[in-house]
Amino acid sequence: MEAIVKKRIKQVIKGDQDAFGEIVEIYKNSVYQLCYRMLGNRQEAEDIAQEAFLRAYVNIKSFNQDLKFSTWLFRIATNLCIDRLRKKKPDYYLDAEVAGTEGLTMYSQIPSETPLPETELESLELQETVQKEILKLPEKYRSAIVLKYIEDLSLNEISEILDLPLGTVKTRIHRGREALRQQLRYV
Amino acid sequence: MCPEQIIELMHQYLDEEIDSKEEQVLREHLQSCKECEEIFNELKKTVAFVKSISNMQAPPDFTANVLARLPKEKKQVLAARLLRNHPFLSAASLFVVLMMGSLFSTWNQDQEFSVSKQQNLVVKNNTVTVPKGEVVKGDVIVRNGKLKIEGEVQGNVTVIHGEKYLASAGHVTGQIDEVNEVFDWIWYQMKRSAKEVAGFFDQKEAK
Repeated sequence: MEAIVKKRIKQVIKGDQDAFGEIVEIYKNSVYQLCYRMLGNRQEAEDIAQEAFLRAYVNIKSFNQDLKFSTWLFRIATNLCIDRLRKKKPDYYLDAEVAGTEGLTMYSQIPSETPLPETELESLELQETVQKEILKLPEKYRSAIVLKYIEDLSLNEISEILDLPLGTVKTRIHRGREALRQQLRYV
Repeated sequence: MCPEQIIELMHQYLDEEIDSKEEQVLREHLQSCKECEEIFNELKKTVAFVKSISNMQAPPDFTANVLARLPKEKKQVLAARLLRNHPFLSAASLFVVLMMGSLFSTWNQDQEFSVSKQQNLVVKNNTVTVPKGEVVKGDVIVRNGKLKIEGEVQGNVTVIHGEKYLASAGHVTGQIDEVNEVFDWIWYQMKRSAKEVAGFFDQKEAK
């Protein structure tokens, strides 16, 4: 597969957009899913995933063909997601006072974290729960966890994608796993 | 409280980076410690949960949308693709190129004097004369020589790579063609083959 992609990249460099279409077909699901798990919104995920492919196309000449294309592509996509997350920092804060109330903060609006009833173990709801918990992770743990378990990548690849030392990647995955365990233990 | 090291071993286990000695230590501890065993199971469950949601598909028109946003393609590539997708077109263009080439080479090779065979044509030093008062029947073709027409030609006259003089008394019933350039030559060849093909069909019909 990597060989096919390499061949297509050479065609893309010559300006063949159909060859690029084939590359998009190969990676669209994983890039879209990466963006969706990072951002938690389908429309945004589609926007950013498209943007990632667009940037890959425009910068294809700077891609080092000795490396894995997916690593490069995931790096572009991850960076775009993190940029987007930083730009849309929440415009509300949990400890801000809710207008028209006295001493009542947004914390009181959050449902209590009591164990969920049995019926909610249904797969669709489980998926939503897991997605919600992933989105609660700080972005640095989130990207590591998503790349590891959603994209099923090796620690070495993740360290290349995130441009971080292997040890840092491990720490982030451990912390992410621990945080998720605390949230999902009663599910 | 259990040593922090045990939690670390759990993570090493989950990262598949635990050696058999360490795994032994972990397993022995888990058997003796309910609390750690629960944490370990929860971690494994968490991993399974996260893995279980990993099968999303991009929207159906995703690729088309990406391609629509790309900058315009180079013309060269478009032409190449046109030929690739329409083999007949490339076969035809190859044919034209080869035909032009062969015609071109015959044009350059063909330096010898020749003339169509008609009895009353007078040939002298690369000059063909239609004598005064004579009537030449059929088409007259002269290559690499001069043609003087003083009499009458009942047919077409073609001079390739040469000159023709039509005397005031001379008369040609058909068309007069002078071919002196490559493109004329090619055009002449094409007309001739077309005529041959047409003639072939005429003959068939006549039968």
